Amino acid sequence: MSDATSDPNKIEAPTPDDPLAQAKALDNVDDRGRMLAADGTPLKRQLAKSLRIQKIRALALIAPLLLFVLLTFIAPIADMLFRSVENEIVSETLPRTVEALADWDYDSGESPGDEVYAALYDDLFLAQERKEHTRLGTRLNYELTGVSSLFRRSGRGVDDIGELYQDQFEDLNELWEEERTWAELMGSDEWLAAQEAWDEESGEPLPDFQLREGMPTLLPETSRQMLTFAEFIRTEDNESPLEEEPWTRVWAALYTDLTNKDVSGYSGPHTDLLQEASAAVGDFETTPIKQAFLDMDEDWGDPEVWGTIQAFSPDYTSGYFLNAVDMQKTPDGAAMRDEDERIYGLLFKRTMFMSLVITFSCILLGYPVAYLLATLPMRSANLLMILVLLPFWTSLLVRTSAWKVMLQSQGVINDVLVWLGLVGDANRLVMINNQFGTIVAMTHILLPFMILPMYSVMSTIPPSYVRAAKSLGATNVTAFRRVYFPQSVPGIGAGSILVFILSIGYYITPEIVGGTTGTFISNRIAYHISSSLNWGLAAALGTILLAVVLILYWAYDKIVGIDNVKLGG
Amino acid sequence: MGTTADSDAFVAFERVQKSYDGETLVVKDLNLAMPKGEFLTMLGPSGSGKTTCLMMLAGFETATHGEIKLDGKPINNIPPHKRGIGMVFQNYALFPHMTVAENLSFPLEVRGMAKAEREKKVKRALEMVQMGHFGGRRPAQLSGGQQQRIALARALVFEAELVLMDEPLGALDKQLREHMQFEIKRIANDLGITVVYVTHDQTEALTMSDRVAVFDDGRIQQLAPPDELYEAPQNSFVAQFIGENNTLEGVIEEIGGNRCTVKLDSGEVIDANPINVTQKGDRTRVSIRPERVEFNPDLGTTAHTLEATVREFIYMGDVFRTRLSVAGNDEFIVKTRNRADQKRLSPGETVKIGWLPEDCRALDAT
Ligand SMILES: Nc1ncnc2c1ncn2[C@@H]1O[C@H](COP(=O)(O)OP(=O)(O)OP(=O)(O)O)[C@@H](O)[C@H]1O
Ligand SMILES: [Mg+2]
Repeated sequence: MSDATSDPNKIEAPTPDDPLAQAKALDNVDDRGRMLAADGTPLKRQLAKSLRIQKIRALALIAPLLLFVLLTFIAPIADMLFRSVENEIVSETLPRTVEALADWDYDSGESPGDEVYAALYDDLFLAQERKEHTRLGTRLNYELTGVSSLFRRSGRGVDDIGELYQDQFEDLNELWEEERTWAELMGSDEWLAAQEAWDEESGEPLPDFQLREGMPTLLPETSRQMLTFAEFIRTEDNESPLEEEPWTRVWAALYTDLTNKDVSGYSGPHTDLLQEASAAVGDFETTPIKQAFLDMDEDWGDPEVWGTIQAFSPDYTSGYFLNAVDMQKTPDGAAMRDEDERIYGLLFKRTMFMSLVITFSCILLGYPVAYLLATLPMRSANLLMILVLLPFWTSLLVRTSAWKVMLQSQGVINDVLVWLGLVGDANRLVMINNQFGTIVAMTHILLPFMILPMYSVMSTIPPSYVRAAKSLGATNVTAFRRVYFPQSVPGIGAGSILVFILSIGYYITPEIVGGTTGTFISNRIAYHISSSLNWGLAAALGTILLAVVLILYWAYDKIVGIDNVKLGG
Repeated sequence: MGTTADSDAFVAFERVQKSYDGETLVVKDLNLAMPKGEFLTMLGPSGSGKTTCLMMLAGFETATHGEIKLDGKPINNIPPHKRGIGMVFQNYALFPHMTVAENLSFPLEVRGMAKAEREKKVKRALEMVQMGHFGGRRPAQLSGGQQQRIALARALVFEAELVLMDEPLGALDKQLREHMQFEIKRIANDLGITVVYVTHDQTEALTMSDRVAVFDDGRIQQLAPPDELYEAPQNSFVAQFIGENNTLEGVIEEIGGNRCTVKLDSGEVIDANPINVTQKGDRTRVSIRPERVEFNPDLGTTAHTLEATVREFIYMGDVFRTRLSVAGNDEFIVKTRNRADQKRLSPGETVKIGWLPEDCRALDAT
């Protein structure tokens, strides 16, 4: 055409005049050029008002679901993220030790000084009374093996330290053997009176223990320990110091105070008793506190133990994450674990690899099925759809166990192969409790998640495209490759994301058919949650898994574009 | 008239039948011969088998019986991609994942054409449909009319000699449709291609085609040039289907040569032109075009006139439309040109109407 004008904007066929522009011209406009609504208020404000009401109504409608999602989905994830770094157990159980240890330098290669052991004595004694020392031992054992038994043993032995002095005080004077002696010596008169008057039947709470006036200066350490003791038995056991022999920790404190302090100025109940003890303590048999701990367990002299406690004393730690990537938080900083202890890297890699293989197998097996679903006549397509959906109506456990029946060495497939003579009876194929079994079973289980998105995309591709391609001269293969397949790619993408993300966190199937070589990272997470009870590590592993999925999702978005993913028409 | 295929026809259907389910024939005994360069339109009501015929020609459906020949050679066993027939689909079927230029270059690519030549041809084809600057766009970024042009260009770019179009303008609005009708006709003429065009729209069929095949019930009811189709319908289906038409029913009283007398059911007797009535006593339906009827006629002695009562008078600008009651038919329409001396009738008036006997065609009664 000689006169072919090729301006994109000009050769549009005639279109009717813009009706919108005409309508606008008729609208009311105020002197500032703003549109006015029918009642004269600015249109913008009216619109905002009506939209706001709509928004509030919409929000109210979704509120129950939002709340549900928040509580059951967002909150657990937040909790998991928090748990993966949370580490308050050390500083809560050993507060004084942590504080005293702050000045100690691990690199000196020496065990810390006496004041640290004194603090440890305080903390450990209380922890042992609260039965918290084993929990801490377990926690620190993740970082340094042996700490768990160290704490357990020390929990039992920590009483011995004070017993040494208790025995000597009791040998000195029989009065020390009576519970009342301590209460009368340390408690204030008002408290004593109140405690005497207290009647268990009345249901009133026990009176607060109060120290005798002057005691905190006279016997500071003893006062402190007595107070702790009295408070503890009152709140925890609902007992009164009048009827309870003090902890051995109090006896040790009394010994310390009497060796350091002059009590000659004291005049109150049991003055003689105290004076007598004060005179005698000089000859008491004693063990320095550090030595006492070393006697209990020589590991207390090991700088490694102290280094570990110091390294994990902050409230938040990267230790779980380091563990999750086969590293270790040592007193010197992060370091790789020994070769033979590295398992998580391997597991992550294996999980990725197997998920990829499963996704790929699902594409290979699912594509033709989805294609048939989309192109077969209604009746046969419906039948096929039922077959695809059938697995959804069967228990996951049943389906997985069925694969066990199929694949095991005395199973259906091996039997058939042996019967056909393809495989000797002696060397039946090992197809279960390994990667192969996991891949087969999971491919089968996740297949519908691949087929359905692919089908929903394919069913929107009109058959006229392929016909058009053929009429333009393309062979069946070319028409498929150049025209049909590219349009079905969004379905493949959607299915792949779904299957990959599902399989990366799959648990039941690998647990049942995976054996040792076919398990996923999720099985390890489950182990830490239910068996080893190392929730922090489980949370760190879970967080890493979540991050991997998000990164993959992001990468997919960058490369393919998430807009290309279609789950439905 | 194409009831037997000429041996030199470019496209020929010979006794073609088609059934999808083995029970009913969707196409019954189709015979059609088209010379090279013809623009033939298949026109018919929905479900009459037009698309089916097109699909058999394109190779997407196989004929249950009979033979289809292209350029003298039977093509029943040639797969679609080897037939070299260009096709424009109703929804255009432009590949959404390719640009306009890639769409156009697709048929050339699969034919193994070199890149430089491909580009040249694509450019020429785009210019032919006046879309030269749109090569880089995706189909989704084009308007309906523009997509239509691209679909046309794609069907033509590989120089197919035969192009099939299945309701290509169905999705466009009226103005655009008229514009595109003109474009398609012009391009088809310029290139000298043979076109089989399917449509619902009779105006489209009449304005564009060299010949129109009126389909009904799996058969070609009439195959004729547009003017002949309108002025000389061969049966009452065609008369009804094409244009506006008045019918009166009656029985043949006398028949001879190109004249017959018909006694209408209401008792009047009129003269008519016998088309497919053969003998006295046949029931017939006479057909008269609204614009061939005259008021107070002065048509000579041979014509009969009828009494009519005006029911409605509609002013339509260039024409007047008068609805009358004539011989028991309340829907009798007369169109008169808006001339200065044309009387404007008002409802209730009685008036004499008449027509030339040649314009009054006595057709089959069903
Ligand atoms: N794939 C098919 N399977 C079964 N029956 C079909 C199929 N395609 C068409 N038919 C039937 O064949 C008949 C003719 O259909 P066809 O599509 O040829 O009509 P058409 O003239 O193109 O109608 P329209 O103007 O509505 O497009 C219809 O009754 C239709 O139901
Ligand atoms: Mg059709």
